[in-house]
Amino acid sequence: MPLLRKDLLGTRELSPQEATLILDTADNFSEVGRRQIKKVPTLRGKTIINLFFEASTRTRTSFEIAAKRLSADSINISASTSSVVKGETLLDTARNLQAMDPDAIVIRHSSSGAPHMIAKVVDASVINAGDGANEHPTQGLLDALTIRQKKGGFAGLKVAIIGDVLHSRVARSNAHLLSKLGSHVWLAGPRTLMPFGFEKLISDAEGSVRFAGSMDEALDAADVVMMLRIQLERQSGGFFPSLKEYSIHFGLNRRRLERAKKDVIVLHPGPVNRGVEIDSDVADGPFSLILDQVNNGVAVRMAVLYLLAGGE
Amino acid sequence: MTNLLIKSGHLVDPSQNIDGIKDILVRDGRISEIGDSLSADDTEVFDASGLIIAPGFVDLHVHLREPGQEYKETIESGARAALAGGFTSICCMPNTQPVNDNAAVTSYIVERASTAGLARVYPIGAITAGSRGEALAEIGEMKRAGIVALSDDGRAVADTNLMRRAMEYARDFDLPVVDHCQDSCATGGVMHEGDYSALLGLKGMPALAEDIQVARDIMLAELTGARVHIAHISSARSLDLVREAKARSLPVTCEITPHHFTLTDEEVHRREYDTNTKMAPPLRSRTHVEAMIDGLRDGTIDAIATDHAPHHANEKMLEFDRAAFGIVGLETALSLSVDRLLHAGVVNITRLVDLLSCGPARVFRLKAGTLSKGSLADITIFDPNAEITIDATKFKSKSRNTPFDGWKLKGLVSSVFVGGRQRLKE
Repeated sequence: MPLLRKDLLGTRELSPQEATLILDTADNFSEVGRRQIKKVPTLRGKTIINLFFEASTRTRTSFEIAAKRLSADSINISASTSSVVKGETLLDTARNLQAMDPDAIVIRHSSSGAPHMIAKVVDASVINAGDGANEHPTQGLLDALTIRQKKGGFAGLKVAIIGDVLHSRVARSNAHLLSKLGSHVWLAGPRTLMPFGFEKLISDAEGSVRFAGSMDEALDAADVVMMLRIQLERQSGGFFPSLKEYSIHFGLNRRRLERAKKDVIVLHPGPVNRGVEIDSDVADGPFSLILDQVNNGVAVRMAVLYLLAGGE
Repeated sequence: MTNLLIKSGHLVDPSQNIDGIKDILVRDGRISEIGDSLSADDTEVFDASGLIIAPGFVDLHVHLREPGQEYKETIESGARAALAGGFTSICCMPNTQPVNDNAAVTSYIVERASTAGLARVYPIGAITAGSRGEALAEIGEMKRAGIVALSDDGRAVADTNLMRRAMEYARDFDLPVVDHCQDSCATGGVMHEGDYSALLGLKGMPALAEDIQVARDIMLAELTGARVHIAHISSARSLDLVREAKARSLPVTCEITPHHFTLTDEEVHRREYDTNTKMAPPLRSRTHVEAMIDGLRDGTIDAIATDHAPHHANEKMLEFDRAAFGIVGLETALSLSVDRLLHAGVVNITRLVDLLSCGPARVFRLKAGTLSKGSLADITIFDPNAEITIDATKFKSKSRNTPFDGWKLKGLVSSVFVGGRQRLKE
């Protein structure tokens, strides 16, 4: 059964049923990575373009491996090699790519809404691989898959998302998705990095999204702790005084993690700033599922590519 | 010049407290007589029965892009768009290339407008040289060349000391100072800071940025005695500040655009980052829009102005954060005002005409906004009940950047006379 939509632009517009379908499909595909021959013919003859306007190692590699394991032909275009530097507009780039009849375009862009814009003008399925501070739906889905594997489900879980929520597409995709699936999401971090108002818009969810009064409040009895990467340039932007101070007040260490449940799991979308938002002994410790997330990323992206581009 | 007799229309002229069926006789481009069952020899007769006759509309805030960006709009195309929208007088902002910060540019605009011979065009001069916010422009010289107000629109004068000097100086030249109120805390923002900017991951422009600057300007108006006009007001708190200033009889006025009383920031979400929802000030949240409606109802707001901001499609078909700010407004203002204010019961017909015509004329002290005997025969005739569908492809403006394309509204401009000459015929 394919998804009844052309594009995956965000978790915001996914129904819980659609999200569950993607996760179930990903579960099935995760076995492919453990085979001797890591390839299925599912998307043979399909063309997938990875259009990356921002640097990315993990996400791009993950999409590329996912496409290859499905036997699709995948092409990578990065901003430095694309015609963007020659002054071509995003819409023109998209139309030109469309003229080559791809089945899916995976796009990462620094502007929120860029994938929505190209989705309106191309026939190919558009998959958002991160747009500005808006969404990163496959990251949300792979986080959800990781949580489901350990916790069995989402209902009633307390999920703490800590750090630069304001600029984080990962936080947004997770907040939408996990609350929709029944978890209670608590956001925390320095007040300068909290967008206000956003919890009010999540009304159709089984679960909830709220801002915690403090990091400790978010951590108290949490089932899942998700640390966000802090961008170095936020310091010069005046959002917090120094990385040292950030790490003391908003970093996750072993002592702080004791506030969470005994069977807490710790997630991080990567790349990790060790010693800033998370201490190495937590990142590498027994609660950390950071590498499971990366592993699940391939399966989730296989599922999304299959469900969107796999139709006849 | 032939004479004109406009028969049987519903004349609404708040400047003379007229609201009823009247005939209007125009001689030599001026209003000669208003009365019942007028007749005159040797006149063209215009039957206005079933229509509203109003003093020609006045737009205090348009961008005509000439000189410098004629691919977006010219003085001629803008003046033609004005007539299509019922505006017989428009005031154009100085952010052209070069900036209208000296008498030569002012004269050029006046000259081009005169050659076009369409709507009357009144230039607004820059407050500071190049609108760079560093030193005063040649205000006296521009006044002599024809400017009617001062503004660094689009770039608020951040330096309070300079703004104080500008107001002190402007006062002696009897020029209102118009401010696009936007403090630095909105810098880099692309939409209203609120629920939807958080949801969409777009950088917000807080209402606070407007409020801080409005508060400062009101205090400066009080200190200097200069007339201060707040451009495109959009924040509830700013409106309260203006209301309070007026209660204290300070020389403070304000205008609102049709989009700021029609649309909310939810539109950016609903239309998935449609760049025709991007403007400065940004579309605000519902609370703010409701406050604007109150301000229109209670008289705090003096004028409806369009902030007509033409942009080429290439400047709008971009990522949201890279696209140009602004929308065209001249050709949709009447319909939006009639539909959203008159038919919605926010204002009556007298107040509507006041907002579009007399009010703005008062703010800049223009020879407009009245059909009293002897005044210029600038007349707009419209049908408030005609149903229309906005079609951007039919715009007289060179640009099509509107969020209202395809909207079905009530209110149609049927005829426009400038100096007694019919310039628009539906």
